[in-house]
Amino acid sequence: MKIHEYQAREIFTQYGIPAPGGAVCNTPLEAKEIADKIGKPVVIKAQVQVGGRGKAGGIKIARTPDEAEKLSKEILSMEIKGIPVEKIMVAEYFDIKEEHYVGIVVDRASKRIVIMTSPVGGIDIEQVVKQTPEKIHKANIDPLIGLENYQIQRLIAPLFTDPELRKEVILIIKKLYQVFIEMNCSLAEINPLVVTSKGELLACDAKINIDDNSLFREELAKLRDPKAEDPLELAAREAGLSYVGLDGNVACIVNGAGLAMTTMDMIKLYGGEPANFLDVGGSSSPEKVITAMKIILTNKRVKSILFNIFGGITRCDDIASGIISALNSMEVPHPIVVRLTGTNQEKAQEMLKDTNLNFAASMTQGVKKAIELAR
Amino acid sequence: MSILVDKGTRVCVQGITGRDGAFHTNLMLEYGTKVVAGVTPGKGGQKVHKVPVFNTMYEAVNKTGANTSVIYVPAKFATDAMYEAIDAGIKLIVCITEGIPVNEMLKIYNYLKGTDTRLVGPNCPGVITPGIAKVGIMPGWIHKSGPIGVVSRSGTLTYEVVSQLTEGGLGQSTCLGIGGDTIIGMSFIDILPLFEADKDTEGVVLIGEIGGTDEELAADYIKEHMKKPVVAFIAGRAAPPGKRMGHAGAIISGGTGTAEAKISAFQKADVPVAQSPLEIPDLVKERV
Repeated sequence: MKIHEYQAREIFTQYGIPAPGGAVCNTPLEAKEIADKIGKPVVIKAQVQVGGRGKAGGIKIARTPDEAEKLSKEILSMEIKGIPVEKIMVAEYFDIKEEHYVGIVVDRASKRIVIMTSPVGGIDIEQVVKQTPEKIHKANIDPLIGLENYQIQRLIAPLFTDPELRKEVILIIKKLYQVFIEMNCSLAEINPLVVTSKGELLACDAKINIDDNSLFREELAKLRDPKAEDPLELAAREAGLSYVGLDGNVACIVNGAGLAMTTMDMIKLYGGEPANFLDVGGSSSPEKVITAMKIILTNKRVKSILFNIFGGITRCDDIASGIISALNSMEVPHPIVVRLTGTNQEKAQEMLKDTNLNFAASMTQGVKKAIELAR
Repeated sequence: MSILVDKGTRVCVQGITGRDGAFHTNLMLEYGTKVVAGVTPGKGGQKVHKVPVFNTMYEAVNKTGANTSVIYVPAKFATDAMYEAIDAGIKLIVCITEGIPVNEMLKIYNYLKGTDTRLVGPNCPGVITPGIAKVGIMPGWIHKSGPIGVVSRSGTLTYEVVSQLTEGGLGQSTCLGIGGDTIIGMSFIDILPLFEADKDTEGVVLIGEIGGTDEELAADYIKEHMKKPVVAFIAGRAAPPGKRMGHAGAIISGGTGTAEAKISAFQKADVPVAQSPLEIPDLVKERV
């Protein structure tokens, strides 16, 4: 789960990582007040959870409170990559001497935590990795042991020479690691970590991604901004389904993530375009099927619907009863193709025999039929 | 023979008194699995489907000789259950539980290195050696004993492939799902050497999906070390980047983990990649 910059900044501040003074708001007038209080030039930043907001015009510098008001109005009326800007961050602007990078991630390949530093901060770190890999410094952390001092020393040696700055950076990195562990992060990043013209160290941007599997912790779950999410994906997740919208017109409802991906792949392979990924999960109740249908029907591109169910733990009769309730409770303007195999399939077939659904004996047959009906 | 699960497998069910634990204990027993013990702290002395329940893993192992554990406990308690099983000397842990925090799994993975315990999962359907025993939640009836090993990151997709194999007359030596999470215990390169060494396995079907680089590592391993034929399938060719496709680990991020990269790695290792699960039985027959 991504969270906003201002939320990550608040967490950093709680842990004692220094950041420029400022506040978050959602009106130009408040922006003006904050700028007035700061009494210096400010930087105004759109709070959207997408990369490249600077290039899109979502970050601007204002020299006076009046300018802050004017620029905030502009930014608050923007959409960045399709996402309307609801909030802005107004923070003190500094003359920058150096921009560095510090980030901590989970590394799938080594099954360890990896901490990275670079003297090239303020730009997308993936770009630095590709173009100047020699400017990336990495340390592998054994999660059972944690971050050791020598690792920090090695990471910052190529970045800082001033002994006072080094002392401060060591503390910042230790605190960032603490945030990473205690907040169950999959990413914690300061980019850039700035040295100002006066020699101060400041975290001028804050980025935290939280492990989705840790959201049972209420204090983490409450950081979620439902507005930053696709409304259909949100509705699906709340019902215990997993949904990703795509551009095609053949909708599918499948049990299991692997089979759901394969169903999409098959739709493409046979010349169709999938409208979505939708996994109803293992123990699928009729209610889940109804919710799945509702979500699918809000997508106006959909022309046909394919059920592809391989019943193991999922019982085909549960799916069938969900389909029947859905058909009775809502208008379904699209043809439906049903492939139900496995646990209680005979019972399901019996239940569905009086409906006008299209039945398929295999996944391939079902996929081909659904594509044909979408044409 | 087979891998991981055989006639000597004696299973202890962690979380046996829970809804899922009790339900699947029954199905495992019906399949012929030797379920010798269950553990739920505080419920020692009870019986579930005639299987004795103990308070701790130490007790269960000492009194019943259990050597394999299968975990159905909720995510919050699953890591404690894994540590307990490791410390009690269990040789194979199969963790069905979904939703375990990544930082907890990082610790488990690194803790396991100093032990001789193997971990399959979490977030997986388990391991089955057809006709002998099943340790997990897969439907037993789709499997048939035979010479093909199946290893997969998925659940229902594996069932689909296994039923195609069975219908095509290709039985299986052992089938297992290694889990859909970002950090899992055994990965493809830990399983492939076991199939290579197993006398009864003549060929392997590997079912991968988008996310991570485990398939690329598997392709390298096959090229360098395997004599037995392998057929691969990769789910997620149509998946968009940056979106999690159901499984926590199924995500293309920063350009890595794409289906194209995995398919091309297998092709370079002379491993045929099926375009659809339907093609798998024929590709296997051509080679075994």
